[in-house]
Amino acid sequence: MNVKPMLQSLSEFWRVYRENKLGMAGLIIIVVYVIIAILAPYITFHNPSETNPSKVFLPPNKDYWFGTNEVGQDLYALNIYGTRISLIVGFLAALVATFIGTTIGLVSGYYGGLLDEILMRTTDFFLVIPPLVLMIVVGAILGPSMTNAILIIGMLSWSPTARVVRSMTLSVKERPFIESAKAIGASDFTIIFKHILPNVMPAIWANMTLAVSTAIFSYAAMIFLGVGDVNDVSWGMILHYAFTSGALSAGMWWYFVPPGLFIVLLTFAFVLVGYSLEELFNPKLRRF
Amino acid sequence: MVSKYAIFVIRRLIGSLIAVFAIATFNFFLFRVLPGNPIELLFRSPTLTPQQIRALEEQFGLNKPMLQQFVIYLYNFFTGNYGISFYYRVPVINVLIPRLVNSLILLLPASLAAIAFGIFTGMYAAWKRGTKVDVSILTAAMGLYSLPSFWVGGLLILCSLFYLKLPVSGMFTYGSVYPDVWTYLEDFLKHFILPFITLTLITYGEFTIIIRNCMVDVLTEDYIKLAIAQGTPTLRLLSRNALKNAMLPTISIIAINLGLIVAGAVLTETVFAWPGVGRLIYEAIIHRDYPILQGAFIIITISVVAANFIADMLYGYLDPRVRH
Repeated sequence: MNVKPMLQSLSEFWRVYRENKLGMAGLIIIVVYVIIAILAPYITFHNPSETNPSKVFLPPNKDYWFGTNEVGQDLYALNIYGTRISLIVGFLAALVATFIGTTIGLVSGYYGGLLDEILMRTTDFFLVIPPLVLMIVVGAILGPSMTNAILIIGMLSWSPTARVVRSMTLSVKERPFIESAKAIGASDFTIIFKHILPNVMPAIWANMTLAVSTAIFSYAAMIFLGVGDVNDVSWGMILHYAFTSGALSAGMWWYFVPPGLFIVLLTFAFVLVGYSLEELFNPKLRRF
Repeated sequence: MVSKYAIFVIRRLIGSLIAVFAIATFNFFLFRVLPGNPIELLFRSPTLTPQQIRALEEQFGLNKPMLQQFVIYLYNFFTGNYGISFYYRVPVINVLIPRLVNSLILLLPASLAAIAFGIFTGMYAAWKRGTKVDVSILTAAMGLYSLPSFWVGGLLILCSLFYLKLPVSGMFTYGSVYPDVWTYLEDFLKHFILPFITLTLITYGEFTIIIRNCMVDVLTEDYIKLAIAQGTPTLRLLSRNALKNAMLPTISIIAINLGLIVAGAVLTETVFAWPGVGRLIYEAIIHRDYPILQGAFIIITISVVAANFIADMLYGYLDPRVRH
């Protein structure tokens, strides 16, 4: 696939995508989050790690918009800075998951036979095991670090992508142009990556968007349960301390509500984009 | 026909057993082979006496080669011997079983309620496909789907503190004595309602989307068009012609998504201190109680495999085509 038709199809795609209101809403929300993450130091007034023993558990005021936590840190700054880690973990974990899922799906669908059988049984296995429970257990054993979290989330959430990519590969490989490519002696590698992959790509994008939303949720849930690095500033970590410090049961809503809103809005945005993409590529689901 | 169904059942049963075996193997590697694994840590536990350590070594065959350890492990696995809890000092299985029952008491009613509501709204959205009603229902469902259960639970706790005044922790009021069965039930229901609402709410959105998409597929079939052309009343068309056919894919998709429901349950139980397997996992993380963590992992995964097996059975029973 050379550059020009790809750009053409991209602008074509953008023309259709722009018409989808929900998809556009999701995209705009994501862009706003990215801007918040980049501008974090310029839109906050306190260093998020700066503690202040004389200002603990303050309710929201004009100096601390979201109040302070049990060690006197600015909750507004923590929430804003938390955007960074959530986006990084979300994107990287989704990238890992998409890479593994795509490779397995392509290989499984293209070669078929025993290899397909083994790979798909493995996929089913990971599809059936509750991913969050597995993440918690593996995370608790491997110990806390952001890299571990990214790898664990990525390596345990590739199965839906593998399933979708495989079923699409199965249908693409029966098309005449694949036969032509084989006839002129193209290698398996060329066929898989140059001819099949571009045709499967749309489904991969849709799946990856949903994977980002799952990863953001999974990371927050892991940190909330105390698995992972609770020192990294993230929304899950704020919720974890709001729960364990007793702020929640004391009714300090300003501690508990904002990080959840940040998570909900961002995962919702990714879900919106994901479903819009899916709808675009799978006309049977199309609503309009 | 009966024999064909029997063959189908046996094949699925073998499949499920293979899955359980895979879980056992996976679990072995997770807890023994990974660097810094809990078995190594076990011996650093200061609360154990040398005699206890030797007994543990003997029981798990830790002084033997890896392969032999694996065989001993499998024997223990299938006989329900998951070791002794570091924290509770009793066999893991004794801690797990009552916790599993408590989890099911919460999980089953919540899932059934979510499915019932999901069928209702999903069917309605599919029927109104392409209209504003459909888009609103779908958007709302995606919104619910994006809600983290632990956050929703927290919001309900806040609501309860300020307005509802319901208990937010545990299954019963600690240390209370009940004069009769009604006050006992009342106390239980008061504790039950908030986690129940949380779990229903977060799974409801997902079910609505699943059922809507399955119904949309069914509603574009020719026999539905025929029924519409024949003038079948809408309600009868939906409930008799469409729903029955949409239930099949719905069952299998729900079974596949069971993991998400379990995740929701783990987090909900944690927030409300509901004494189920999910809360047990949270406590095991805090106490570094690896035998419990391992046991909870096993019991959850086996439950999910079993639920999938039941869904398969149901599917095979309802749709004779898949038996082949």
